[in-house]
Amino acid sequence: MTRLSAAFSKPHPALVAFITAGDGDTAANLDALVAGGADVIELGMPFTDPMADGPVIQEANIRSLNAGTTTADIFALASAFRKRHPDMPLVLMGYANPMTIRGGDWFASECNKAGVDGVICVDIPPEEDPELGPALRNAGIDLIRLATPTTDAARLPTVLNGASGFLYYVSVAGITGLQVAAQTSIDEAVARLKVHSDLPIAVGFGVRTPEQAANIARVADGVVVGSAIVELVAQHGASAAGPVRDYVASLKQAIVAARKV
Amino acid sequence: MTITDRTPNSFRNQPDERGHFGQFGGRYVAETLMPLVLDLEREYRAAQQDPAFAAQFDDLLEHYVGRPSPLYYAERLTEEVRKDAPAGKGAQIWFKRDELNHTGAHKINNCVGQILLAIRMGKTRIIAETGAGQHGVATATVCARFGLPCFIYMGAKDIERQQPNVFRMRLLGAEIVPVTSGAGTLKDAMNEGLRDWVANVHDTFYIIGTAAGPHPYPELVRDFQSVIGKEARAQMLSRINRLPDLLVACIGGGSNALGLFHPFLDDKDVAMLGVEAAGHGLDAEHAASLAGGRPGILHGNKTYLLQDADGQIAEAHSISAGLDYPGIGPEHSWLKEIGRVRYDSVTDTDALAAFQLLCRTEGIIPALEPAHAIAAVEREAKKMDRDQIILANLCGRGDKDIFTVAEALGTKI
Repeated sequence: MTRLSAAFSKPHPALVAFITAGDGDTAANLDALVAGGADVIELGMPFTDPMADGPVIQEANIRSLNAGTTTADIFALASAFRKRHPDMPLVLMGYANPMTIRGGDWFASECNKAGVDGVICVDIPPEEDPELGPALRNAGIDLIRLATPTTDAARLPTVLNGASGFLYYVSVAGITGLQVAAQTSIDEAVARLKVHSDLPIAVGFGVRTPEQAANIARVADGVVVGSAIVELVAQHGASAAGPVRDYVASLKQAIVAARKV
Repeated sequence: MTITDRTPNSFRNQPDERGHFGQFGGRYVAETLMPLVLDLEREYRAAQQDPAFAAQFDDLLEHYVGRPSPLYYAERLTEEVRKDAPAGKGAQIWFKRDELNHTGAHKINNCVGQILLAIRMGKTRIIAETGAGQHGVATATVCARFGLPCFIYMGAKDIERQQPNVFRMRLLGAEIVPVTSGAGTLKDAMNEGLRDWVANVHDTFYIIGTAAGPHPYPELVRDFQSVIGKEARAQMLSRINRLPDLLVACIGGGSNALGLFHPFLDDKDVAMLGVEAAGHGLDAEHAASLAGGRPGILHGNKTYLLQDADGQIAEAHSISAGLDYPGIGPEHSWLKEIGRVRYDSVTDTDALAAFQLLCRTEGIIPALEPAHAIAAVEREAKKMDRDQIILANLCGRGDKDIFTVAEALGTKI
């Protein structure tokens, strides 16, 4: 069993928590996510042109890059995290260019060495899979695909082909952190995805309150929270670890209480 | 409109069915956009087979845009260049006058084609990005013509340096959305356009202004702009019964260059030169993606990009807002790699000199974008024989640039 599949085999749905690498005290904030009860850690790779992100994560990317964060720094953060937390799943999320600029094989091999379990790439759809997919699969790294409200039943098999780890359902057609999807549309979408796939389904985009997290936890296998945590990092700077841990704990409590239907 | 030539051994049979020009191009977009991009491709293929679509496009280009644009022999410029040329050298310089189009640039050709596609697809809201404002003005123009709401994303820095075009767009009924992220230029406007699109896929059509972005944009923009080269080729043959020896065009994203080059790609005796913006020089800040960049992925396609070792995108610089972009259309990357087209660059300083030269010798005020091409034409003409012919695309007029040029020349207006 991989670390990721173990995280989705717990008696409660998984809390997937996101922060941007190099924004604030990343090592301390990663530890705070774990301490707060996150089940999967998603570490964002900053990019100059984050087309799918809203203002909160855009600004985190800018703060990180202005602080001089490099790809080597991100892998160093990941390696150190892996040593501190041998069992905690770690997923890198980011954009195609920083992931492929030295070749897909290089990136997959660095992920492997750093103990990264999975990769989410926003702008490599299944149609461009050769760019990164084969390299990740050869290195035993899960390629986590995204499904969205525009992904219809006819297209879903294309998205699922080559996907592993879990399926990330982007609950709104939009960018990160802004809109909130209606719960009924999330319920319907998860039910539809379950017909086509045995992969665990995590739902994200716009999730910010424990109540929202609980509602999603009633139908999905995981809840992804990003912008709301990144906002805390922006607000508290170098001393964000405490507030991040407390906020994540409040989400976790709501998710565990919701149980899985 | 061009039906892509599928014969083997042609330079005109790209992209492949997955939208790749060799290793370049493709569809690197978020999953939310993917179904829409596939829809657009289906709709474009249907439009290509539909004589009514072609008829409407041609009719609008003739009666609304004012095509065909003239082909013009620049006699005084030719004489001027010959003064500094070695004996027997100094090629004849001809211009394709796309600056005479309605709205003052080649951009309108593409906008007419794309808004017809948008209407065909039942989209009711139009968005676009703009740098210099020429594409924004052209988009606002066709939106006014067809009565569709129009939102133009424009970098805050570009809004400042292109006030006349900002006012034009507002007169035409468009809403200008200032973009302050990044450096506030064309690249950032494109990011913001993509963010709008991803949030409004159900009713919105994104009119991309250059031959870049996810497939099928590079192909369809090229096809709509190919009217430039098709006309020029026929005009050359009818006027002097021969083809030019060299084609020259400036390149930001590269749509005017592809529009001129593409219909000539299989004419093996016609050489081609694309001219990038060298800004303050290739060893300083510039916008020459082919000369100073390497392949990467941005804004939906794989192409040459200005970037660092980690793949972070660099800020471009050019005195011309329309060339101020760190990427280039993927077909140009391919044409460079296979060697069919030669690429060179021209600095801000040389473009300014060429801008003034054309004003004085021909009574034509060019945009700063084609001023780069004119500077390269000067260099090339001096190396070529007098009976040879250079055809350059005068892709925009310079009214919009007089403030920038005045400032660069130290004049207050």
